[in-house]
Amino acid sequence: MTTHRDAKGRPLVAVTGLGVVTSLGQGKETNWQALTAGKSGIHRIERFPTEGLRTTIGGTVDFLFDEPFTAPQLSEKLATLAAEEAVAQSGLGASGDFPGELFMAVPPVEMEWPQKQEIAQTITGEVDYDGLLRAAETGRYRAMHELFVFGGVADHIAERFGTKGSPISLSTACSSGATAIQMGVEAIRRGDTPAALCIGTDGSIHAEALIRFSLLSALSTQNDPPEGAAKPFSKNRDGFVMGEGAGALVLEDYDHALARGATILGIVAGCGERGDGFHRTRSSPDGKPAILAMQDALADAGLTPDDVDYINAHGTSTPENDKMEAMSCAAVFGERMASLPISSNKSMIGHTLTAAGAVEAVISFLTIANGTLPPTINHQNPDPAIALDVVPNQARKAKVRTVLSNSFGFGGQNTCLVLTAPPEAA
Amino acid sequence: MSDMTLNRRDVVITGIGIASSLGEGVETHAAALAAGGPPVVDTESFKPYPLHPLAALELDRQIPKKSDQRQMEPWQRLGVYAAGLALDSAGIKDDAEAKSTLQVIVAAGGGERDHAVDSAILTGLRDASAPGAYLNEHLMSDLRPTLFLAQLSNLLAGNIAIVHGITGPSRTFMGEEQAGVDAIRTAHARIASGQSDLMLVGGAYNAERRDMLLLFELGGYLRRGGFAPVFAREDAPGLISGSAGAFLVLESAERAAARGARVHARLDRVGAARSRRAAGTVEAALTDLVGGFGSLGPDTLAVSAATGCAGITAEEAHALAKAAPAAKRVATGDLVGHGVEAAFPVSVALAAIALSTGQAQEAVVTGAGHWRGEGAAHLVHA
Repeated sequence: MTTHRDAKGRPLVAVTGLGVVTSLGQGKETNWQALTAGKSGIHRIERFPTEGLRTTIGGTVDFLFDEPFTAPQLSEKLATLAAEEAVAQSGLGASGDFPGELFMAVPPVEMEWPQKQEIAQTITGEVDYDGLLRAAETGRYRAMHELFVFGGVADHIAERFGTKGSPISLSTACSSGATAIQMGVEAIRRGDTPAALCIGTDGSIHAEALIRFSLLSALSTQNDPPEGAAKPFSKNRDGFVMGEGAGALVLEDYDHALARGATILGIVAGCGERGDGFHRTRSSPDGKPAILAMQDALADAGLTPDDVDYINAHGTSTPENDKMEAMSCAAVFGERMASLPISSNKSMIGHTLTAAGAVEAVISFLTIANGTLPPTINHQNPDPAIALDVVPNQARKAKVRTVLSNSFGFGGQNTCLVLTAPPEAA
Repeated sequence: MSDMTLNRRDVVITGIGIASSLGEGVETHAAALAAGGPPVVDTESFKPYPLHPLAALELDRQIPKKSDQRQMEPWQRLGVYAAGLALDSAGIKDDAEAKSTLQVIVAAGGGERDHAVDSAILTGLRDASAPGAYLNEHLMSDLRPTLFLAQLSNLLAGNIAIVHGITGPSRTFMGEEQAGVDAIRTAHARIASGQSDLMLVGGAYNAERRDMLLLFELGGYLRRGGFAPVFAREDAPGLISGSAGAFLVLESAERAAARGARVHARLDRVGAARSRRAAGTVEAALTDLVGGFGSLGPDTLAVSAATGCAGITAEEAHALAKAAPAAKRVATGDLVGHGVEAAFPVSVALAAIALSTGQAQEAVVTGAGHWRGEGAAHLVHA
């Protein structure tokens, strides 16, 4: 059997399964139809009262539960659905016996208000943490422990899919989904595992999560109409819109996939990551870490900027990110940036936060497979300071073999992926 | 699984940063290891839960700007402090070139809640006619905007980058004790396979907070009453948490040799497992992991990160008795308490200190998370 290696002598990392859930719906087909139709999944929030809030909209996923639920429960459900779709497509392993490791981007969790309220109801007089502790001592709320530990969601996914080894729960803020993919790539390149299930999931839109971002002035407050609020690269962009969803990818050693006759959907050819010690929430104004992360990803793939056909932007719709990203892309791609298409899925599904890097990687592979660029919708008022081809408002046919997918996050996290068509299509 | 790698390179520990209830640094903890304690225990402040409070640190020494100190919660300050000690210990604190390639993996939980705000809101919510609106109003007005940044799991790594000027990338692992195991396992695998030359890896935990005590107490995992050694808590099993942080600088042996760095120990192997918890699975998993290290010499130290929780602690003791019968056993919890995400990094740091100060020639580190995950490491004298 031929052994395939990349330009650096490492195993090629193939994608053999993809799954996605967003506010636009469940599954690749539903999402792709909506994304290429320029449909928005952003709507008025009905999950909790929004009285007194500056932002009252989001890309919540509201079609999965009839009963009240917590963020870890929704995150787990989203991840389960995306992973089921991806694993089924890959045809890898038997049911509940996935022959590879699990790398999972999960939102940080903590005990939520309804559960604290439930315990507080049993306390007479002023409520404080000592009172909550006395109530906890009774053992009546035992299930809440496993619900709110940080490793809970990934542990449950590992159990359900039968992944091997110790499951990873990771966070690199808004680039977490891309980091989960990068960790899978690295494990396969090391030869630690023939396959990896990489998932980014986020179902954490509740009142306090929204308020926290709102207090940092990170969210759009243009609530009416909801579907118009996320407008990456527009002059009147005023913040991101929170979204929910999950993306799952089955990564596999290319030769392992070929040997079992699997359909290769694409290759994760390169990953780049850089830290930014400039500020807790803001990127270096010169864009240096983002520039280096993109260049690292291309170098890791053994490609040059000229090889990139399309950029799946981080494109959050915040004034600062979009400016920094445009400037960084210009630094990497030079004059070509004026004609190199770059669009933001977030204009339609909002910012799915922990999940974004994985969700957008899935959409990037659909872009390659279908030869269609999803648009940046709500692009009525271009920012003259940002001269980009953002694929405004309408999808466009294009031959795409190589995508650069960007993810940038709070805490100086910058992760870029180079995603390519399967080699036989070359 | 990560030991299957071809072209495996040696991984050495060239920097140790540690701070706990005992104080800070290699010497303080070497002395405690040699003497077997005694631990610093506070049985009053969080009664009935004993814990090991953090010794007073001179924060300015590692976090010079007050504005940086203010923007962090105690767990982040502790972690940034311990990371700074590790960078100093490795001699790379002022090496901008090294810090631009240094990759960071942090095992972290989340930041502390504002207990006063939570308590007031919970009291008010009970009688609120419109609870949703009440909650919104009070969160909007009472939450400090920057509190979020002190709570986000990946902002310990972010603060390490900002304060110490590290421009290499970071990753944050969550998931209680196993996050610490996987952080060290992954850092080791990256260097052993040639994916990285230099890593900073560790974690920090602030035990002095009721919100975390609440999470553990919900599941019935806390010891009540007074201190008892980890392996002698049959009267009232449970963990006694301790504020502790530890970071290690891991480096390829070649890189360390090339720059003439002092090597504290060689980190030979790190393994992790996820046993489907049932009676006997922790013992089996740890026996398997430690057994995989091959035959251990007569002068071996076993550092256990055991929690003290019922069942699994005895299983860990049995596994060590079986797989490392001649080893001298030390429980990290008997010295500094249980540091959750930091428990395994602290234990590996203690093992490295023991080797570095000539207290042992070889060490195994074991740990079983309070509700899931098992891990082990093997260190040898360099």
